[in-house]
Amino acid sequence: MTLTEIFIGPFADFLFMRRALAGSIALAVGAAPIGVFLLLRRMSLSGDAMAHAILPGAAFGFLVAGLDLVAMTLGGLAAGLLVALLAGLVTRTTILREDASLASFYLISLALGVLLVSLRGSSVDLMHVLFGTVLALNPDALVFIAGVATATLVMLALIWRPLVLECVDPGFLRVVSGTGGTIHTVFIVLVVLNLVAGFQALGTLLSVGIMMLPAASARFWVREVSMMALVAMGIAAVSAWLGLVLSYHLALPSGPAIILVAGAIHIASILFGAVGGLLPRLLPVAHRTG
Amino acid sequence: MKLHNATSARPVRPAGVRFENATIGYERHPAVHHIDGRIEPGALMAVVGPNGAGKSTLLKAIVGALPPYGGRIVLEGIKARDVAYLPQQAEIDRSFPIPVFDFVAMGLWKSCGLFGGFARSRTAEVSDVLAAVGLSGFERRSLDTLSGGQMQRVLFARLLLQDAPLILLDEPFTAIDSRTARDLMDLVLRWHGEGRTVVAVLHDLEMVRQSFPESILLARRVVAWGPTGEVLAPANLNDARRMPEAWDEHAPLCDDHGAEPHVHPHGNPPGAGRPAEHGHDHHHHHHHDGHDHAHGPAAAGTVPAERAVRVGARAS
Repeated sequence: MTLTEIFIGPFADFLFMRRALAGSIALAVGAAPIGVFLLLRRMSLSGDAMAHAILPGAAFGFLVAGLDLVAMTLGGLAAGLLVALLAGLVTRTTILREDASLASFYLISLALGVLLVSLRGSSVDLMHVLFGTVLALNPDALVFIAGVATATLVMLALIWRPLVLECVDPGFLRVVSGTGGTIHTVFIVLVVLNLVAGFQALGTLLSVGIMMLPAASARFWVREVSMMALVAMGIAAVSAWLGLVLSYHLALPSGPAIILVAGAIHIASILFGAVGGLLPRLLPVAHRTG
Repeated sequence: MKLHNATSARPVRPAGVRFENATIGYERHPAVHHIDGRIEPGALMAVVGPNGAGKSTLLKAIVGALPPYGGRIVLEGIKARDVAYLPQQAEIDRSFPIPVFDFVAMGLWKSCGLFGGFARSRTAEVSDVLAAVGLSGFERRSLDTLSGGQMQRVLFARLLLQDAPLILLDEPFTAIDSRTARDLMDLVLRWHGEGRTVVAVLHDLEMVRQSFPESILLARRVVAWGPTGEVLAPANLNDARRMPEAWDEHAPLCDDHGAEPHVHPHGNPPGAGRPAEHGHDHHHHHHHDGHDHAHGPAAAGTVPAERAVRVGARAS
C-alpha cells in the first residue's frame, strides 16, 4: 500500500470519509483557538463541565424527536447556555467561585441527561450522544459545524483585543471600557456553540478533547497567544485527519481515534516542546552572556 | 531618562474627586466608612495607613469598580473613562503570553477602542513611552519573561500612553528596587508638574514626606486628611496603628457612626462640606438617594451576625 493510498485513499474513495474530514477540520479550526483562551484563563476544566452540561439538552431533544440533529442541537445549545448563565449568576451573587458552581451544575446536568436518555433509548443511543458519530455526518450537520467555525473565527477577530485584555488585566478593561461582562458572555457563547458543534461529530464527552488537547500542546511550541491559536488549529486539523485514517484502516471508532491522536501529539509536545518541554530542559545548553 | 513627546502637547483637563459621606466595602462589610472630602484638581496626594485600612478599596471606588454602599463619590470635570488606574501587580496575570508592545499599546484604548485601526505613528508612540521608562527594545519581549521591576515600568509606560487627567496608583513602588522607584517617582512628579491629579497608595512614609504635599491617613475611616506634615504627625499615626486592635475588641463596626452619620470624631478634613454641584459631574454610584437608609440596615444586620460568630467560637 502506498502512502497516498494510506493517507488520501479513504477520502478519495468514500463520501462519508470526505464529510467526516471536512466536518472535523472545520471543528478543529473553530474549537482550537477557543481552547487556547480557556487554557490561558485557567478555565480548561470549565470546557469539560460545559460539555457535560450540554448532555441533558441533547437528551431532551432526543426524547422529543428521536435521533434528530436539529432537535438535539437546539436542546444542547439551550442547556449549555443555561448552565453557563446559572453558573455565572451563582458566581456573582453567592460565595461560590466559578469553578465550583460549574462543577455542581454539570454534575446535575450529567445525571439528568443520562436519566433522560435511558427513559427512551437503548444504551446504543446513549453511546451515540456521549461519543458522537463523525462517520455519519449528514450535509445539514456539516453546514452547521462549518457555520459555527465561521462565526467563531469572525467573532474572535472582532473581540480579540478586549478578550486578551480581559484575560491579562480585567481591572484595566473595566476602567477603560464597560465591555468586560459582554466580552465574557460572548466568549462563553462561543465555547458552548463549539461544544455543540463538536458533539455532532465526537459526542458530548470527547468534543472537549479537540478543544483543549491541541491548545495545551501549542503552549509547548510557541510563546505568543496569536501564534498559539494558529498552532493549535494546525494540531487539531492534523489530529482529525490522522485519527480518521487510523479509524478507517484499523476499524477503530473515529471519535476516540481523533482524540487519541491529539493526545499522542500532546504527549510528544510535553516531551519535546521547544517552550518548556521536558527533554529540551535536560539538554546541556550554554547560556548567553547577557 | 529621556522625555517622550507623546502626551505633553495639550493642556491637561483639571480633574478632582469629591467624597460625600461615602461608605465602601465588600459583602456588606464596610471597608472604609463615611468619607467626606475633596481631592483638588492637580493635587499630588498620598493615601497611607495600615494593611486593611481601605486604601485600595478607596481607589477602586474612585475608578467605579466598587460602587459605594452609602454616600457618593463624584468625579469632577472628567468621566470614569478618563481615569488611569494602576492596580496592584497581583491583579494582573503576568503569565499570559503577549508581547510588551501589545500590553503597553492597550493604553491607547481610548483613541483606538475595540476595533480601531493601529496606525504607524502609534507604533512610535509606544516605543517612545517604553523609552521613557527605560525599556527601549523590550517591544517583542513576552510579559512572562519580565522581572517585577520591569513589569512595573511597563505598567507606567501604559499609564503614560493613557494621557489621563486623573491617575490612581495602588502601591506603585512596592517590591521594587530603589533605582526603579526613583525613576518612576520622577514620572509621577512630572505628571504633577503637568497639572494632572495623582493619588498614590504608599507605605514608604519617608517618600511621602519628601514628595507628596498632601496625604490621606486611612484606618477604615479617615484619621487625617490634609498637608502631609500635619497628617503624618505621631498622634495620628498612633491613632491609625491602633485600628486592628480596636476592631478586634470592640465588635460593633459602625456604632459610633451609626447614630450620627455626619460627625467625624477626629476632626473634619478640609473640604468636607458639600461643595457646589458641578455641571459635568459623572455619578457612578448606585444608592445616591437615601444613603443613610441604605447603610443603616446593612450595619445593623452585620453586628449581631459578628457577635454570633464570636460567641460560637468561644463556646467550642
